[in-house]
Amino acid sequence: MIEPKDVEYVAWLARLDVSEEEKEKFTRQLGQVLEHAEKIKSLDTEDVDPTSHAIPLKNVMREDETGPCLSQEEALSGAPRTQGGYFVVPRII
Amino acid sequence: MSGLEVVIGLEIHAELKTLSKMFCSCDASFGGEPNSRTCPVCLGLPGVLPVLNRKAVELATRLALALHCDIAPYSIFHRKNYFYPDMPKNFQISQYDLPLGIGGYLDLEMEEGRVRVGITRVHLEEDTGKTVHASESGRIHDSEYSLEDFNRAGVPLLEIVTEPDIRTPIQARMFMQELKSIMEHLEVSDCKMEEGSLRCDANVSLRPQGSPQLGVKAEVKNMNSFRALYRALDYEIMRQGDLLASGGEVVQETRHWDADSGVTTPLRTKEYAYDYRYFPEPDLVPLQLDLSFIDGVRAGLPELPSQRRSRLQEDLGLPEHDAGLLTSSKALADFFEAAVDAGAEPKAASNWMMGELSAHLNAHNIEISEVPITPAQLAAMIALIDKGVISGKIAKSVFEAMLASGNDAETIVKEKGITQISDEEELVRHIEEAIRENPASVEDYRKGKEKALGFLVGQVMRKTKGRANPQLVNELLRRSLEGEG
Amino acid sequence: MEALYAMKAWELQDMIDRGEVSVSEVLDAVLARLEQVENEVHSYITLTLDAARAAAAEADRARDGGKSPGAAAGIPMAIKDVLCTRGIRTTCGSRILEEYIPVYDATVLERLRHAGLVLVGKANMDEFAMGSSTENSAYGPTRNPWDLERVPGGSSGGSAAAVAAGEAIWALGSDTGGSIRQPASFCGLVGMKPTYGLVSRYGLVAFASSLDQVGPIARDVRDCALLLSLIAGHDRRDSTSLRLEPPDYLSAMQGDIRGLRVGMPRELMQEGLTPGVRKAMEDCLQKFEQLGAEVDEATLPNLDYALSAYYIIAPAEASSNLARFDGVRYGLRVEGAEDMMEMYGRTRAAGFGPEVKRRIMLGTYALSAGYYEAYYGQAQKVRTLIIRDFDAAYEKYDILVSPTTPTPAFALGEKVEDPLAMYLSDVCTIPVNLAGIPAISIPCGLEDGLPVGLQIMGKVLDETTVLRAARVMEEALAFREKPGSGKGVGA
Ligand SMILES: [Mg+2]
Ligand SMILES: [Zn+2]
Repeated sequence: MIEPKDVEYVAWLARLDVSEEEKEKFTRQLGQVLEHAEKIKSLDTEDVDPTSHAIPLKNVMREDETGPCLSQEEALSGAPRTQGGYFVVPRII
Repeated sequence: MSGLEVVIGLEIHAELKTLSKMFCSCDASFGGEPNSRTCPVCLGLPGVLPVLNRKAVELATRLALALHCDIAPYSIFHRKNYFYPDMPKNFQISQYDLPLGIGGYLDLEMEEGRVRVGITRVHLEEDTGKTVHASESGRIHDSEYSLEDFNRAGVPLLEIVTEPDIRTPIQARMFMQELKSIMEHLEVSDCKMEEGSLRCDANVSLRPQGSPQLGVKAEVKNMNSFRALYRALDYEIMRQGDLLASGGEVVQETRHWDADSGVTTPLRTKEYAYDYRYFPEPDLVPLQLDLSFIDGVRAGLPELPSQRRSRLQEDLGLPEHDAGLLTSSKALADFFEAAVDAGAEPKAASNWMMGELSAHLNAHNIEISEVPITPAQLAAMIALIDKGVISGKIAKSVFEAMLASGNDAETIVKEKGITQISDEEELVRHIEEAIRENPASVEDYRKGKEKALGFLVGQVMRKTKGRANPQLVNELLRRSLEGEG
Repeated sequence: MEALYAMKAWELQDMIDRGEVSVSEVLDAVLARLEQVENEVHSYITLTLDAARAAAAEADRARDGGKSPGAAAGIPMAIKDVLCTRGIRTTCGSRILEEYIPVYDATVLERLRHAGLVLVGKANMDEFAMGSSTENSAYGPTRNPWDLERVPGGSSGGSAAAVAAGEAIWALGSDTGGSIRQPASFCGLVGMKPTYGLVSRYGLVAFASSLDQVGPIARDVRDCALLLSLIAGHDRRDSTSLRLEPPDYLSAMQGDIRGLRVGMPRELMQEGLTPGVRKAMEDCLQKFEQLGAEVDEATLPNLDYALSAYYIIAPAEASSNLARFDGVRYGLRVEGAEDMMEMYGRTRAAGFGPEVKRRIMLGTYALSAGYYEAYYGQAQKVRTLIIRDFDAAYEKYDILVSPTTPTPAFALGEKVEDPLAMYLSDVCTIPVNLAGIPAISIPCGLEDGLPVGLQIMGKVLDETTVLRAARVMEEALAFREKPGSGKGVGA
């Protein structure tokens, strides 16, 4: 079953800081939901194909044509920080 | 290193030559003001959806076929999930377990014989944006903050993965050159390593000679030229060899090639291993390429470099070496063939291109598309030599002037008054002068020292500032020396 | 005569066409009502009153100039705050998008604008459409106009409450596991989830891409059909959009239901149903028979696994869809972080509420190395089995019916701390999303003064039959109750 270290790992993968309290809560709640989900494991699906799309379509493509872009100003309009036309982010290590 | 075998596999990314991006209609070409070639889709704004570019699929199929891959009758896209600020959605749409092309190969003609490099897969994915690390040194670790430009985000990429069939850095470089030339001939990619439209990572490991098992590998990144690829691999093989020889162990890691210091260094290791959480991209539907599509692409495949190489040898009589070098780049081969079409003798054109022209390109670090002369101008210059208007030696300076100005050889020759002197009377005058001034050499020649003749020819050439027709001088000089004797 | 704000869209259109009332007068009536009840109900996150007035005036001018205003003109509308509106804040009920202003319109918005949209505002919702009560909104809960101590359902609770309370005539919601039908049912309205791919998802902020669909919330089936006609149709910006020309649902849904084969899946009538819901269902089945339909018990054997499969698939897709909210290009950023990693972790922790975090964690876990096959892979296979069940059932039946929800609206706070109990309230609606089929909810009775909904499910792209059955039943059931008595908002 799911343990606090699993929650810690998943939180890291999801880039989500969790407090000690949340870690404890999520361990319990995810455990509950996953326990409920356990029952699908018992189904025999050996010869069953997975479904990604309920309505099957194929080969949906567009022609290679260019269209208008956003202006630089529009592109940056929601940005928390910008500089010289760039988005600014903290350093990457 | 004795008893050890080098094992190299390459992972190549090439930007496809489409007008628009992979999943949106933004301009896909290189450059532009930062963040001026973006739209809601390639910026990953909330609510947007991708729509696949048909041309990207066509180009990918073209390359996969040229690399003898099987084209998957059914392929899908996955999401590769990881956080990085140059990736707008924090996942990359990429083909994962059902790529477009699988199981191909590329043959390399090496000195050691034909080397067949297996192609594991060819698949489509989207490019990321570009991060500029803002610091004085430009290094990641020193920077206070980083800048993101998403113009490149969403440009279609082809990923090509080879089998670990490469055994030497030279083979690796040859593979890349051949692949680049193929992509140029197919008009699939611009293949500009310096602009990042062609990139290459390498997996390098060593194992005991004859062992079927692979050794622990290091992944080498940041090699942005053929030279860098060669040097980095050479270094990495040495490093691993030394490590193993001294009883150490190779660690599986990603290493960064630093061209300045000429070494590879480990990238900071992650706390956890990569866990990309691949799953089928629900916003795209499967690709089911039918036979008529695939056959259509196959039928439209142009001549490939290997075919061209044979043709240049068989039809134009070029030596293997020349044909190989000229077809290492489509632009070079095109230039050459155009010069031949304009009347140049093939071997002469090849010599000029591999000699003076290549030297010029290297010295100025430019592409052949950037030189101001046309193939026809090269052919016309060669014709002037053939007609005896200029000597081969003068031609070199004429060619230099052509490359500098873009002018025709004939114009330059006229302007500078450097036509070859073939007027016997004039030449005899200079010859007599030379004989008069160099009695010792004349004596030597008469004693049977052939070398002395060369010296005297040189003197005549000097007096005519190199314009004398050397064959004629030779003949006339011999005649006067012998006539006097 | 009924108050203008309480009338149906088609009634208002008739009156506007006859010149009996102007678009601005209709809007004024709705805004006056809003003024009166919004404090109690809290249907909206953002109001766009000036733009609404301008659009109304524009429609009146067009009419005066002899031009016919569009089909949406004059009908004050609420749009769930999960649909992008150019220049208008779009929060998705989340702190992380508190100040986010889209630079583009969702396709459905574009279509509605062409039809003369009068937008009252962006409706409240569970954060990123995750929830069944609208209590998961960062902007506070919406209350049920029928009983202010109860939830309006969710996640399109703001849209449903606005229509039920008279703060809009109709609305758009989005439905990933029941988020249109369940609040419509809780608020005594008609709500429809169309076939997956019938309505463009471009500009709908994704929760679970393979399940999400935009649809109408309205006061009767006719309005529902009218609004569906306005938003349905192929969009080349959405690869999963179906290439077809939808019929005019209004005329296509005419006719009776004599001989219609109606199946009632027994798996959806199992434990957890309140007596009132069970009673209402039995009445419905009787009505179907009286109207000449052939009613029979159906079976969808794998339905027991639907909820589990859904709570793997939806969070998995969500965990990936929500990765883009990272503080780099738009939305909230927690400043002061030393590096990227810290910025991501702190921003996302501060920007997302508990339910969203829970689902991101769940989905990330289900996709992570070593668990994919057991969870996501298996859930997608279960999905195949469920689709097969529906296919088999539709060989025998034209429509399938069930309660929309096992219970009427529950009390505020009742299930907030018990995610599993909350998830169970979607047990009847979730299979429909997994199968991609269309389904509607219409009011079919009351239990303790709270509306109960009948769900009618159809074959892929058979919206017409679903609407026809709903229209005939609506007429037969003659549900005339309105919120306003006792605990609700005054009429
Ligand atoms: Mg790649
Ligand atoms: Zn774009």
